[in-house]
Amino acid sequence: MEPVRSVREDELETGNPDQLRRRFVNWLLGCSVAGLFGSIFYPVFRYMSPPEVPEATTNQIEAGPTNDPELLERGYKIVRFGSEPVILVRVAEDDYRAFAATCTHLDCIVEYQKDTERIWCNCHNGEYDLSGRNVGGPPPRPLETFSVHLASTTPGQPSNIVVVRS
Amino acid sequence: MFEAGDRVYGWLDDRISLSGLREVAAHKTVPVHRYTVCYYFGGMTLFFFLVQVVSGILLMLYYRPSADEAFESVEFIMTTVSFGWLIRSIHSWSAHLMIFFAFVHLVTVYFMKAYRPPREITWMTGVLLLFLGMAFGFSGYLLPWNQLAFFATNVGTDIAGAVPFVGEWAMRFLRGGDRVAGGTLSRFYGWHVAILPAITTVVLAGHILLVQILGMSTPPGQEKEAKRRRPMKFLPDFLLRDLFGWTLALALLATLAAMFPWELGDKADPFAPAYKDIKPEWYFMFMFETLKVVPGGQILGIEYEAIPILGFALAGLLLLLVPFLDRRLADSGRSPLFTGIGVLALIYIVGMTAWGYRSLVPVYVVLLTAALAFFLSIGTRRTPRR
Repeated sequence: MEPVRSVREDELETGNPDQLRRRFVNWLLGCSVAGLFGSIFYPVFRYMSPPEVPEATTNQIEAGPTNDPELLERGYKIVRFGSEPVILVRVAEDDYRAFAATCTHLDCIVEYQKDTERIWCNCHNGEYDLSGRNVGGPPPRPLETFSVHLASTTPGQPSNIVVVRS
Repeated sequence: MFEAGDRVYGWLDDRISLSGLREVAAHKTVPVHRYTVCYYFGGMTLFFFLVQVVSGILLMLYYRPSADEAFESVEFIMTTVSFGWLIRSIHSWSAHLMIFFAFVHLVTVYFMKAYRPPREITWMTGVLLLFLGMAFGFSGYLLPWNQLAFFATNVGTDIAGAVPFVGEWAMRFLRGGDRVAGGTLSRFYGWHVAILPAITTVVLAGHILLVQILGMSTPPGQEKEAKRRRPMKFLPDFLLRDLFGWTLALALLATLAAMFPWELGDKADPFAPAYKDIKPEWYFMFMFETLKVVPGGQILGIEYEAIPILGFALAGLLLLLVPFLDRRLADSGRSPLFTGIGVLALIYIVGMTAWGYRSLVPVYVVLLTAALAFFLSIGTRRTPRR
């Protein structure tokens, strides 16, 4: 017994021009729909991607006078270097050091512990020494180093601390 | 691959009865008669509402609702974000088109008397949705925090203050203080993106559900023709026509947004003199213009200004209650009185809008819409051959 064949199969085999035309029209319709959705989703995707906003590059900042009470009491302070936080450490009277304050582990802001002389990250117990090297805990890399200069303005007044990108 | 699809379908069907839904959808029909084209206006309004939801959410990614940052953040969207100008222009154009089609939908439903029993609640939810749409427009107008919006909001909220007894309270409630300031912006933002959307979602769901349950109403006078003609299947015939309309609407929207991007103007300055021609959105124009012709003065301790304000509030209430006021329609199926009132109201609204703009464009827009609807009705009334 011959198997039952659908009309569609017959038509496809014989290459019925109506059927072919229909397939072509359907293909064309599919392309138009794809184009339509593409022209909707492309702008939306581009819109959602945040634009690059150029930041003013900072190369040097003034971080206040050497007799800053915060600096004297805690031995450090966090200063704004453009939009980056920088930790300024007072090691001795004429020894200041500055590092990027963002921990290389997971971007927390570090602090300085005067008694142990360690730069320490509160988040996951990361430790850096006074050269910015990662010496304990999870941080994978040392902190970026900045250079510090003292600029005396008027005689008799305390000098100003200047932090420069090195 | 098709087998896998069938299996997923079967799995879902066992749990949420998709076949039942398909059965209902397959039996849904739309009556075919002279005014069948009017059944598309509600769907068109819904389309623009959906565009509003999507474009509004996108704008929220960059917009900052505070007096210090709002204007700058919109400026950032317009100038720096890729396609930001397009998204914002689409949001404002789509808002206008949504309100416009809501009006067209209301007018056609009104004159087709579709509010007669059992569709009273459908009508009332629809009128509420129009009011909600206008509240969306009013609250959204302030958000770019530019001069025009600032003074228009000042005027708009001040109008509320003229209402006797509750006016003072209403004005403070709207402004979030004694004057329009940063607090008003936060408050309008809250209404615009949270409170109104929440209410609208519920009312809109009810409105659409009722339309599904009750089906389309055949206007009185068209019953004979509707009976003679084979009704159109919703799936796929009506839906495909709907989608075709939506595609046209999207093309119109994209054209308007690209050719006429929405302006931003200058940042709001509460200490600068008011703009020469501050004007509300066009859909408030007829009320604004009515208030302008009322002279200053008092009667019995009530300001003259309060009379048209209360009049419009009453008109809104009557509009909401039309199904219950039009008693003769329920009894005899005819209500020439309400048709007459509708025509007069329409002439008043269009006339006052045209007067407000000192321009005939509003009249042309109405005529063009009517002509377009007529033209489209030729293409939509025919039942397709099978």
